[in-house]
Amino acid sequence: MTLVDIGRRAQGGRIGDSPTRPDGRAKVDGTFRFASDLPMDGAAWGATLRSPHPYARLVAINIAPALAIPGVHVVLTAADVPGRPTYGLITADQPVFADGFVRFVGEAIAAVAADHPETCRRALAAIDVTYEILDPLIDAEAAIAGDTPPIHPDGNVLRAQHIRYGDPTATGAVVVEGTYQIGMQDQAFLGLEAALAVPDADGAGVELHVATQWLHEDRKQVSACLGLEEARVRLVLGGVGGAFGAREDISLQVHTCLLALALGRPVRMHYSRAESFLGHVHRHPASIWMRHHATPDGAIVKIEARFVLDGGAYASTSSAVLLNAITHTQGPYRCPNAVVEGYVARTNHLPCGAMRGFGVVQACFAHESQMDRLAAACGVDPLAIRVRNAIATGDPMITGQILESVAPVVRCIREAEALALPPPADPDEPLARPGGAGLTADPQHVYRGVGWGVSMKNLMYSEGFDDYSTARCRLVAVDGGARVTLKFATSEVGQGFVTIAAQIARTILGVDDVELDRIDTGIGSAGSTSASRQTWMSGGAVDAACRAVREDVVNAVGGRLGIDPLRLVVDGADLVDSMGDYREPVAVALGDITFDRTVEYHHRPTEELDEDGQGNCHTAFAFAAHRAVVDVDTELGLVKVVQVATAQDVGRALNPLSVIGQIEGGIAQGLGLAVMEEIVQIDGKIRNASFTDYLLPTTVDMPPVVAALVEEPDPQAPLGAKGVGEPPCISVTPAIAAAIRDALRQADGNSTRADRITRVPVRPSDITAT
Amino acid sequence: MSVVVPRSLAEALTVLGERPDALVLAGGTDLMVELNEGRRRVGDDVTVVALSRVPELRAWTLDREAATIRIGAGVTYADLAAEPFAGLVPALAQAARTVGSPQIRNAATIGGNVATCSPAGDGLPVLAALDAVVELTDGAGTRELPFAEFMVGVKRTARRPGELITAVTVSLLNGWQGYAKVGVRNAMVIAIAGACLAVDGPGRTVRLALGSVAPTIVRAVEAESFAAARADWSAGSFAGDDMAEFGRLAAAASSPIDDHRSTAAYRHHCVDVLSRRLLTRAFPAGGSPRRPSRAAEL
Amino acid sequence: MSEQYRLHVNGVDHDVADAWLGENLLYVLRERLGLYGAKGACEQGECGSCTVLVDGELVCACLVLAASAIAQPIVTVEGLGESGARPTDVQQAFVDAGAVQCGFCTPGLVMAAHDLLARNADPTPTEINEELAGNICRCTGYGRIVEAVQRVAVSRRSERRP
Repeated sequence: MTLVDIGRRAQGGRIGDSPTRPDGRAKVDGTFRFASDLPMDGAAWGATLRSPHPYARLVAINIAPALAIPGVHVVLTAADVPGRPTYGLITADQPVFADGFVRFVGEAIAAVAADHPETCRRALAAIDVTYEILDPLIDAEAAIAGDTPPIHPDGNVLRAQHIRYGDPTATGAVVVEGTYQIGMQDQAFLGLEAALAVPDADGAGVELHVATQWLHEDRKQVSACLGLEEARVRLVLGGVGGAFGAREDISLQVHTCLLALALGRPVRMHYSRAESFLGHVHRHPASIWMRHHATPDGAIVKIEARFVLDGGAYASTSSAVLLNAITHTQGPYRCPNAVVEGYVARTNHLPCGAMRGFGVVQACFAHESQMDRLAAACGVDPLAIRVRNAIATGDPMITGQILESVAPVVRCIREAEALALPPPADPDEPLARPGGAGLTADPQHVYRGVGWGVSMKNLMYSEGFDDYSTARCRLVAVDGGARVTLKFATSEVGQGFVTIAAQIARTILGVDDVELDRIDTGIGSAGSTSASRQTWMSGGAVDAACRAVREDVVNAVGGRLGIDPLRLVVDGADLVDSMGDYREPVAVALGDITFDRTVEYHHRPTEELDEDGQGNCHTAFAFAAHRAVVDVDTELGLVKVVQVATAQDVGRALNPLSVIGQIEGGIAQGLGLAVMEEIVQIDGKIRNASFTDYLLPTTVDMPPVVAALVEEPDPQAPLGAKGVGEPPCISVTPAIAAAIRDALRQADGNSTRADRITRVPVRPSDITAT
Repeated sequence: MSVVVPRSLAEALTVLGERPDALVLAGGTDLMVELNEGRRRVGDDVTVVALSRVPELRAWTLDREAATIRIGAGVTYADLAAEPFAGLVPALAQAARTVGSPQIRNAATIGGNVATCSPAGDGLPVLAALDAVVELTDGAGTRELPFAEFMVGVKRTARRPGELITAVTVSLLNGWQGYAKVGVRNAMVIAIAGACLAVDGPGRTVRLALGSVAPTIVRAVEAESFAAARADWSAGSFAGDDMAEFGRLAAAASSPIDDHRSTAAYRHHCVDVLSRRLLTRAFPAGGSPRRPSRAAEL
Repeated sequence: MSEQYRLHVNGVDHDVADAWLGENLLYVLRERLGLYGAKGACEQGECGSCTVLVDGELVCACLVLAASAIAQPIVTVEGLGESGARPTDVQQAFVDAGAVQCGFCTPGLVMAAHDLLARNADPTPTEINEELAGNICRCTGYGRIVEAVQRVAVSRRSERRP
């Protein structure tokens, strides 16, 4: 349930309404084509051979036994990569196929194409690889200490970045510190990696249909590896079954294209779930030490911190994740002095990169845990201490950057606080207790706790990255009406950009009939669907393209009718002279002219950080507050999250129902990190590459969400709307951990066990302390 | 590869007699997972015998005189979780309700669970507590094995090639019974530790079987004897002071390991806690459990 | 048994020939019969994306050996409602309630919701959660999905009243 007023109009729909999504019908009746649903006559199947060892020298690869199997067409290895042998989002340090060394369990060694997936499996099993197994580097601290041999030519430290702000010698009367651990989370999108590559007849180009977050960045890397010009590599967005960061990096794109070009036939490649766990990047596990200094009444004086992130075998976006993490050390609070050390290490663990929240999830768990400790040490209420320190527009952050975004931190806290608490647990409903169908608890075993978390999250890309977006708007009269056609390369991954794009066009142009062109590289880049940026950036591009068309329309009509274009405005579905009598439907006013504009939208520039971590490195920020209510069986350590309440700073809800969808979905992922999701690696090998043991929240684990949308339009945002994708998943995790601590304090009458909850996911044995 | 779908038990046994190495497919919740993951290579000479269409296997029958219930190997966990079966063997119904999801419960069979014999199999502690007897049939006839002799190790059983599990027979006890299992998630989760406690009122015995905490399902015999000796049978209660000892004895009967799901220490703790809680439900402080088993009405 | 078998899907007989008999029903439905509605997200029965009805029972198609599913009616999401004409009330409710984001879990959930409401016309929220626990969604957090199911239950109840 929610306090949000879902807009009246279901169909059509302008900004502020909640129209249904244009692809909804196809998705419910099974006709929507995901990237895995693209058959093609004559297509072969592709599959990838992966390393079983975390670190080894590749001594020899014998592909002959695989080629001897009937139905196997081609087997490719590193020697068959015609272009650049490596790829990467920031540094191209990851080989297309391992050459010389394998550096993580799952690293790609070879790829095969065959007539049937089972034949592919048999071919992979037949490839004979000789390894010289080496001792894996699996300790991030050891990697940073610099006394271990490099496991990669680029060395074992992916990035070191520090922040020194204000007076490093400042101290406070009250000091609290702690070391916090965040485990490796997986994005676990349901739509497994899938692609279809169709080679051009001349073999000098290829069309790739793929589920991805950024078509143009994929094209850039793929074409470099294929040794082809970008213009010869065309990407089309296949239906995407979720992303959450795991589709930012290359996974199967290059392999599928290589096979198709080698074979001269289309090739389809699909990952299995086990392979998916290996084939994409994960959230960085982190160990974060923080020390907060404060005045006796709880005003923060200084924060010291040391971040160590384990980036795994290849660089991916680790340097940007570290930047995000350390620059969010202070959280949504004022902090006059800060000393922060940050490191992200290269190890032989699974590579890490983007996952919803991008470094801020880790920082937030630490800073919110610290705020509760600070509150207890000062004898101040946990909410009061947050309100006391809340950052406001115009305040500096520890990078020296002034916060210019609208910053309704206190309002988010107050509105979340005002949401009704859930009713007490029903003693006659055993399934509602922790343990669920396992029937482990009786009512007397369960304690209810309440906890808080508040977060700040940067929007868009940082450190000087110009992540612009492009959109094209065409407006033409058709069949007595008018139609808008929008084209963009914005990846729709489920978040609903395709819905709001049409709402924007309808609002600006007064035309209800909006068509969306195919999403592909036939237009300029839209940037990545990540960093909570598409509403702002691609929404901004669509808005700008529609406004450009509108300007062309009023200039044309004004010129034709002798009316000053500045007086002509769109009112509903009509074009109107705001100072005269002229009024006619936009569709009529168009005549037989086609209006067609393509616009790039850029956000304002940002800067890199200097060696003291100072610089205007971020674009904008959004805020959220979460309150979690949990029931805990403190003797067995089992948890049932009963309710999550939240107030989120959204700027303006372009589609309130979609915003609620992002909030509820983000909370589910934050809940997963809090109590159940973790990739377990032992001796460098993943132990739970399946949904049997990598646990996602089910309907029985996910509680009702009550949400308040805080709408204070941000003047910097093109539509006043901030991104909403990441804030919901960030402070819910520490809120749940805090609620568990609260339950433990009630059960025990002291804080001994509660104070030991310093890691997420919280495991039952962390609660029971057995 | 060939797939055979027999329409009767006789037909199934004939095929198995000809191909004793055939793979037996019931609900698919184990075998199909192995096939899909490529963990079981199915060569071109393999025969799969699918039992989903053998009606004799899908029935259960109540023998009032013997106070037993014979459950056909093809009975699904959905059947076990539903009435009227649930009222007859509530602990098995509780265990069935924790198995996977509705989709899994519609497919998973008790015979399949017994044939796989994972120590984490949810129904298995209940079978052990209720003195289950496994019925094995081949072309030559039928034999029966007590469950404790049938399960010999982790996913290892005493089934011989060519034998089909045709039924499992459990005792109908007159007294409280219940199942509880610890998992990290509130649904659809492999047990970190599981326990079934069943009371035989007239016989004055307490049965406690533990799952996921040893290579086989364990009957905690010392704990059982202790409970039987210390219970106030006429009042239906158990002294609080003895509860700690009962839990300790139960935990001592287990030999759990550290693995990626949990630690041995935590599993020991779970056995202690679950055992005490189940015993408290069976012998509540005020005497007489709230919900006696329906079997008491027989 | 030869390597040809017949499946009865959405009321239509389909002959499957020259197939590898180790194929699961999910693969056959999609790649041999062209019915791409059921999705594969785990191939272990842990996610419910491949949910179909076999002989009236809700099961995961990835755990059904296709060659053994003969002579049993199979229903997929494509077989719900009148094809092409209109969506079912469950399907429409999913769209209207905002229960669809990426949509990968949606066909499986639509099947499970139909089955749930067929067996229990007035489910409580707890019952809805329990019956849908076998269907994982990673995008929505389930709130709008439960709302969609409740809307259908309410509207069917009001249709039944005289």
